Amino acid sequence: MITADLNTVLPEVVLAVYAMAALLFAVYTTKNATAPMLVWSTAILMAVLAFWIGTSGAGTNTAFDGAFVDDGFARFAKVVILLSAAAILVMSQEYLAHRALLKFEYPILIALATVGMMMMVSAGDLMALYMGLELQSLALYVVASLNRDSVRSTEAGLKYFVLGALSSGLLLYGASLVYGYAGTTEFAGIMSTLEAGHMPLGMLFGLVFLFAGMAFKVSAAPFHMWTPDVYEGSPTPVTAFFATAPKMAAMGLFARVAHDAFGTVTADWTQIVALLSVVSMFLGAIAAIGQTNIKRLMAYSSIAHMGFALMGLASGTVVGVQAMLIYMAIYVTMNIGTFAFILSMERDGQAITNINALNQYSKAQPLKALAMLVLLFSLAGIPPMVGFFGKFWVLQAAVDANMAWLAVAGVVASVIGAFYYLRIVFYMYFGSEAEPLDNKMSLVNWVALMAAAAIMMVGVINLFGIEHLAAMAAEALVN
Amino acid sequence: MPSIILFAPLVGALIAGFGWRIIGETAAMYVTTGLLMLAAVLSWITFLTFDGTLQQIHILDFIRSGALDTSWAIRLDRLTTIMLIVITTVSALVHLYSIGYMAHDENYKEGETYKPRFFAYLSFFTFAMLSLVTADNLVQMFFGWEGVGVASYLLIGFYYRKPSANAAAIKAFVVNRVGDFGFALGIFGLFLMTDSINFTEIFAATPELAHQSITFLWKDWNAANVLAFLLFVGAMGKSAQLLLHTWLPDAMEGPTPVSALIHAATMVTAGVFLVCRMSPLFEFAPEAKTFVVYVGATTAFFAATVGLVQNDIKRVIAYSTCSQLGYMFVAAGVGVYSVAMFHLLTHAFFKAMLFLGAGSVIHAMHHEQDMRNYGALRHKIPKTFWAMMIGTLAITGVGIPLTTIGFAGFFSKDAVIESAFGAHTAAGNYAFVMLVIAAFMTSFYSWRLMFMTFYGTARGDKHTHDHAHESPAVMTIPLGVLAVGAVFAGMVFVGPFFGDHDEVNKFYGVGGEKHALVETGLIGAAYAASEDTGHGDDHAAAAPGDGAIYTHPDNHVMDAAHHSPKWVKISPFIAMILGLSLAWFMYIKRPHLPAKLAANQRILYEFLLNKWYFDEIYDAVIVNPAKRLGVFLWKRGDGTVIDGTLNGVAMGAVPYLTGWAKKMQSGFLFTYAFWMVLGIVGLITWMSIGGGAN
Repeated sequence: MITADLNTVLPEVVLAVYAMAALLFAVYTTKNATAPMLVWSTAILMAVLAFWIGTSGAGTNTAFDGAFVDDGFARFAKVVILLSAAAILVMSQEYLAHRALLKFEYPILIALATVGMMMMVSAGDLMALYMGLELQSLALYVVASLNRDSVRSTEAGLKYFVLGALSSGLLLYGASLVYGYAGTTEFAGIMSTLEAGHMPLGMLFGLVFLFAGMAFKVSAAPFHMWTPDVYEGSPTPVTAFFATAPKMAAMGLFARVAHDAFGTVTADWTQIVALLSVVSMFLGAIAAIGQTNIKRLMAYSSIAHMGFALMGLASGTVVGVQAMLIYMAIYVTMNIGTFAFILSMERDGQAITNINALNQYSKAQPLKALAMLVLLFSLAGIPPMVGFFGKFWVLQAAVDANMAWLAVAGVVASVIGAFYYLRIVFYMYFGSEAEPLDNKMSLVNWVALMAAAAIMMVGVINLFGIEHLAAMAAEALVN
Repeated sequence: MPSIILFAPLVGALIAGFGWRIIGETAAMYVTTGLLMLAAVLSWITFLTFDGTLQQIHILDFIRSGALDTSWAIRLDRLTTIMLIVITTVSALVHLYSIGYMAHDENYKEGETYKPRFFAYLSFFTFAMLSLVTADNLVQMFFGWEGVGVASYLLIGFYYRKPSANAAAIKAFVVNRVGDFGFALGIFGLFLMTDSINFTEIFAATPELAHQSITFLWKDWNAANVLAFLLFVGAMGKSAQLLLHTWLPDAMEGPTPVSALIHAATMVTAGVFLVCRMSPLFEFAPEAKTFVVYVGATTAFFAATVGLVQNDIKRVIAYSTCSQLGYMFVAAGVGVYSVAMFHLLTHAFFKAMLFLGAGSVIHAMHHEQDMRNYGALRHKIPKTFWAMMIGTLAITGVGIPLTTIGFAGFFSKDAVIESAFGAHTAAGNYAFVMLVIAAFMTSFYSWRLMFMTFYGTARGDKHTHDHAHESPAVMTIPLGVLAVGAVFAGMVFVGPFFGDHDEVNKFYGVGGEKHALVETGLIGAAYAASEDTGHGDDHAAAAPGDGAIYTHPDNHVMDAAHHSPKWVKISPFIAMILGLSLAWFMYIKRPHLPAKLAANQRILYEFLLNKWYFDEIYDAVIVNPAKRLGVFLWKRGDGTVIDGTLNGVAMGAVPYLTGWAKKMQSGFLFTYAFWMVLGIVGLITWMSIGGGAN
């Protein structure tokens, strides 16, 4: 029994054991000097695990009496999480090393956070859910204040921690209400008490609190307030990490709870999700217009994008989950490319985050400017870039679920949001003369930028077959 | 061979249009002209060797979408071959003529290159026109139809620095759009009813259409009638029939060779060709045919009255064209399509010649176009004079009545008039009266043009008259060639076009083998003989689509026309003589009379001079309200409402909200926590009180 359980969670176990072993190894050897090696080994391990999970097993396996679920949906999410985490890790090395921030804890914390995320998307029980969530969060609180000599970075970590604690409280309160009315913490058990489609009021309260807690993790409005401050204050590689893997994990968790535990009362929770979605889209679009700091801008951008991803979930259908997964995969790819660029924004060795610094960038760096243009167009959802198809999928899902109003709102919000992406393009191509940025860019980041841009162009052919994979994953979750 | 005829002009247009920088201006002119001559020679070979059987030459697959399956193919039958010779011959001659006419153009500055462009347009026009007449389906025809429209637009506005030329070009394009709208609706309707746009299938389905009904404008109509009517609306636009005629006189802003090619010989006859091509449909649409007759007859009369008083030499000929097109439609409308084609053919020759002759006069007179400033030019430009004389003899229909000797117009115009009489219907009788009066007026204004230009005393700028000179050979040779056509086309072709119906049927390939044995020559000797022979019903055996034109079994108009009384046959001749006499009296004998008459009959004169005030009425009823509506929608609708809303949202509401969102993002933890709590309160409230609890 225990062997079978361990077999199911083997990837997580491997990563967790690796993290602990690496910690011991680094502490007893040369500490920070091992950091570059650890970054690479962690990234490689993640990539290997992603490959392993991606190619292993079919069907659904459960472990620990259903507390851990390994199904197509979890595998899809884990592959995205692991690959994006690995990419961000290797991208951050040069930036951190340059600023004496490359401590050996960094890759280890990232690895632990990743274990938490893998746990989240595989959770089959409220306890497992909370464990995964906290493992991820605790690690992230620490990396947010990685630059502990910087007031901003520590402030970011502290804010994140306090608000995260509040959200955990909300979530726990919701979980206890659910447990009180369902008599079990297991998702399947909760679902079975709701078979009749009837929802006790107490259970409804629990549902709302649970969702509020998870909305905090995906930074959906109005639980988004931490995002801009944390994104701005954290070291840029950490911001890049926040914007990618944890978002996928939190969305995965959201979908997991919604469909596995409350799959019979979709009519109830789709309203909540739709509301969160529409508020997030508009807030993200409108508030970003006022930003001149590109990291804050990306924070609002991610809020708006989460609104779109939630639109897929809000439709409450298989196609909706499929659309959400496609959207998230595309979103993560775009953000990896964009942050590869942001990481290289320097002038005289100092990191620059003001978008004015990009004035006339296309004159100095035509190729990179072009790649960035493609990514920004894609983020704005302008055809024929792949980002458009992500939006198209979720809009389609909303329309199919008789939520045309939500789709219309999404289109309006994306039009408003296009402004600030296009403004960056405008600065790069038509801005007034400005002091040029440094020319150097690490090879890894250059490759990430170009690859992401190329994917946004080439992907229009067939989205690399991701539609089919997402469909299988969604199928596994909803049924 | 038909493919070469079709594509040679396109090749010429491409070479001249895009390659002149490489091959040079002169080469561009000669290449296009040479290719057109080749096409003309091949067309004549095709025409003379053609045996009447339909050939469909597949070129490429065109559209395949659902039930719509059509290919790009050349439909070679008698109608096509007639149009081929008309188009390529006139076009080749106009190309040649243009080498001389366009040599120096004061609308362009020294050193500017315009000739290759002009020739490329001309060749492109020819290609479009050829693809119109060779079309095997309606969409292909529509391509050519629009292609000639574009070429016409480009050529009318060729002197793009002149505002009047631009206005005329736009007017031509827009007025044609009205007609094209009808044409397009007709195509849609035919596709709806027959599930095909290929002529072969449509023709086969026409007997059915006569019994079917179609809902159009909230009412059920007979399908054949309404579809024929819609197609005819397209023809009215292209062929400048009454109500949609206003663009044609203005189109004279284009260079004169253009007027000769497009606005006399070819493009404007596309409408007549369309009606003849769709003869199987029209034969089952009696009401539509009646409408065609009325419109054609009224146009012939109207345009002739306006032509009486115009002073611009090109405008006189333009109204004359408009009038003659009315004749053709009358012939088609009464069901004698071969006569419509006959008049189309002869008219192409003499009208092109009149235009080219007028161009030669204008060339000699340094671009003076007002006939009041001409006079006594016959000795200064004798070749042009004789060409114009032949053209005038042809258009007025000079010939010996009741024989087969005469100029081209004598046969074809008389055939039209006899056909109108032969219809024995109210419309036919109306048309007969109108056309005879129009013939009188045609004679008057044509001779008026001759007398004012070539006789009398020299008027206007003396210097210009002193320097008047004969045009170069490249301009007079085309006149000579066309003169041959204007003289002999009638005598040669009267048999096949208006002979006994066996001969006509054989010419058009109707009835196939059955008529192959009938002995006929091309020469019109059979004309007289045909009076008494066969008017049985044996030609009724032909089915729609068999042969180039279709005649309903009950349609005996052509036979009836042959049997019309002598006075009917003589009446156009009398009208012609009267017109000639009156013109001679007013412009040679008593040259002061016209001015006096104009002063006496002020109102009538103004009415005619202002073209029955059509332009003014259109301006008041359509153009100006449309302009006002446009300005309103632009300033108020677009500017105030749409831009205003968007600007208000984009520059007012959104920045306000952005500022608000920024203010909320205070940086204080308690604010953030407060918003989270507010959020959950809102959700809980919504879920428990709002929709969620249900």
